[in-house]
Amino acid sequence: MSLTYGLWDPNQKPAYETCAANFEKETGVKVNIEQSGWDDYWQNLTISLNSKTAPDVITNHVAHDPELARKGVLLDFEPFLEKDPVDLGQYTGGLAKLWVHEGKRYGIPQDWDTIALVYNVKDVKDAGVDPATLDDLDWNPTDGGSFGKLIAKLTIDKNGKRGDEAGFDKDNVATYGWGLESGGGVVGQGPWSWLALSNGFKYLDKNPFGSKYQLDDPKLSQALTWWQQQIEKGYVTPVEQAGNLGLEPMMEQNKAALVPYGSWRINTWSKSKAQQFAFAPLPKGPEGRKTIINGLAPSITRDSKHPEEAWKWVKHLTSPACQEVVANEAVVFPSIGKYSEAAAKAHEAGGVDVSAFLDIAKDPTSLEFYPITFKAAEINSEADLVIERIERLDGKPADLLPELNKKVNDLLASE
Amino acid sequence: MTTTSTRRTPRPRTGGGPRSQTGVALLFLAPALLGFAVFYLRPMVKGFELSLTRWDLLTDPQWVGIDNYKALLYDATFGRALLITAVYVVVNITTQTAAGLGIAVLMQKVSQSTVVRSLLVVPWLVPNVTIAVITLFILDPNVGLVNHLLGQVGVGPIAFYGNPDFAIITVALVNSWRNMGYTALLIFAGMQLIPKMIYESADIDGANQWKVLTRITLPLIRPILAMVVVVSMIGSFQIFDTVAVATKGGPVGSTRVIYFYIYEKAFQHGQMGYAAAMSVVLLLIILVMSLFQLRVTRAAESDLG
Repeated sequence: MSLTYGLWDPNQKPAYETCAANFEKETGVKVNIEQSGWDDYWQNLTISLNSKTAPDVITNHVAHDPELARKGVLLDFEPFLEKDPVDLGQYTGGLAKLWVHEGKRYGIPQDWDTIALVYNVKDVKDAGVDPATLDDLDWNPTDGGSFGKLIAKLTIDKNGKRGDEAGFDKDNVATYGWGLESGGGVVGQGPWSWLALSNGFKYLDKNPFGSKYQLDDPKLSQALTWWQQQIEKGYVTPVEQAGNLGLEPMMEQNKAALVPYGSWRINTWSKSKAQQFAFAPLPKGPEGRKTIINGLAPSITRDSKHPEEAWKWVKHLTSPACQEVVANEAVVFPSIGKYSEAAAKAHEAGGVDVSAFLDIAKDPTSLEFYPITFKAAEINSEADLVIERIERLDGKPADLLPELNKKVNDLLASE
Repeated sequence: MTTTSTRRTPRPRTGGGPRSQTGVALLFLAPALLGFAVFYLRPMVKGFELSLTRWDLLTDPQWVGIDNYKALLYDATFGRALLITAVYVVVNITTQTAAGLGIAVLMQKVSQSTVVRSLLVVPWLVPNVTIAVITLFILDPNVGLVNHLLGQVGVGPIAFYGNPDFAIITVALVNSWRNMGYTALLIFAGMQLIPKMIYESADIDGANQWKVLTRITLPLIRPILAMVVVVSMIGSFQIFDTVAVATKGGPVGSTRVIYFYIYEKAFQHGQMGYAAAMSVVLLLIILVMSLFQLRVTRAAESDLG
């Protein structure tokens, strides 16, 4: 008797392998973990669901869950929960409700993530900035606030002139103040979501399962216009370099000094041998500090031959037993509050301060959900084109975003 | 035709009459026909059937008639993909054929060594995916060899794959480089069919090299050249692998060729029916263009009297 469990993040595999070993001792059910990269993972999932060879339990993401749920390829958890209840209130950030559609539940949160600033400690000190001041950055779309000043100061050209000094050569930059993560679709989770959200922008009329995007909101175009100005001034890695290089090498080769990024890669930065990185909270915008809080959840596929055992594995993944393992490995933040704290402690024991990610998750006024709609894949392809044009200074956000909004809402309205 | 009827048809030396010859011919054709039926004809019919449905791979297909085809008319991305593909085909076919012809002439004139000829087809033996990965490194603006060399003469760095204005041209030229040796070999083989005496008499008449090439070689290899162009054009329209590996349709959709768009719709957006409709349209385009080309180049006739 064995189950298959699919996931995409190789960093998380060891922790869940330990959970699987404990689960087998407890129940006698063996769990084989299948891992493949993000793009392949979702493509293979569609094909394997089609040929009825999909894993029994998959790691699900809110960008894909609505389509999978609507197409009826996932099992509803409600019948299981009736016999075998789970306290859904114990999970961080109200994430449990994101997995419910039309009265059916397709997932239980297993972890959560927020965004914070990752910075190169040496670069910050070299710029004459006390790292402690990074805990209190502010931002506004007019003059950029102290965050704007910081990234100008962190940018340094090949002659050693800083971005805020006279004679700065923006065409020959050695280290950019702000690293660019390319892609990100309509969400811009790492690269710009927090800027727009802190300016009062809301993605959707209703989240989850909104029917209209609000990308024509001036608050979004203000935020992205300011972002585009920083690109134009030479403070942000140009997209042509960023796409080829990839974020990790960009930071490790010190081509950029700071990048906003999600908590799921804490160890990539904290264990880097090339540079010393640390984390700081996002800047406060006109509407305060805002981050997307999101998380993953296990779902059971429709054609699983062992739904009962699969349910037991789902319960195990989201239970204290497995969450403690994940916390001790300090890979991602487990969904139950107590074990998030334990994960933070485990990081602290290794000399890594992750409070920038954890503190914001405790403040409900700072949290926004990932925009959850149908047709996310198509919407993201359209949005990627527009965002890339903004990054390439090919058009103004105030013109491009309303156009995109129309396209995206037409897509959502069709059918 | 009355004269021929009085002549006796010479009997073939072996075998029976024409009927048994047909049998033998069919036997020899069988493997190819079977393969064609199983791997081309059936999927083609199936594909056409799919194009009349809406199907996401996960739920049952729904019959939608010609809705997918109607939607294609209003899909600006489809139009753009056709245009990008056309640019690719034109750049790829012209450079590849010109380079192939040049190399073939050189082979004829300078070196007939088997080693040289074999070396020429080496790039063609390497899978497209590998070529794409290698060129991704060589042409990289940060660490690439080409940009390093350009930097020495004060040019660049140029993001060959990363700049929306060059990306599709880069893809086309990379594939031209890969295929030119093979094209050269085909043309070179065609040149061997031209009788030596024609060149000898041209020599006696005092024709220069250029005249020999344009007045003798080119006209006489026309059928081969036409075949090469038609066959490579069909392949060229189906460009996918280099794009999928090197640019994924980007930057800003500038290399989203038709096959890549079909793939995106089918496997990423779950619109199999729509993707199938695009494939059918593409099939028709290639068919019409091939027939047209064969017609205007009179590929079935030869000037060798």
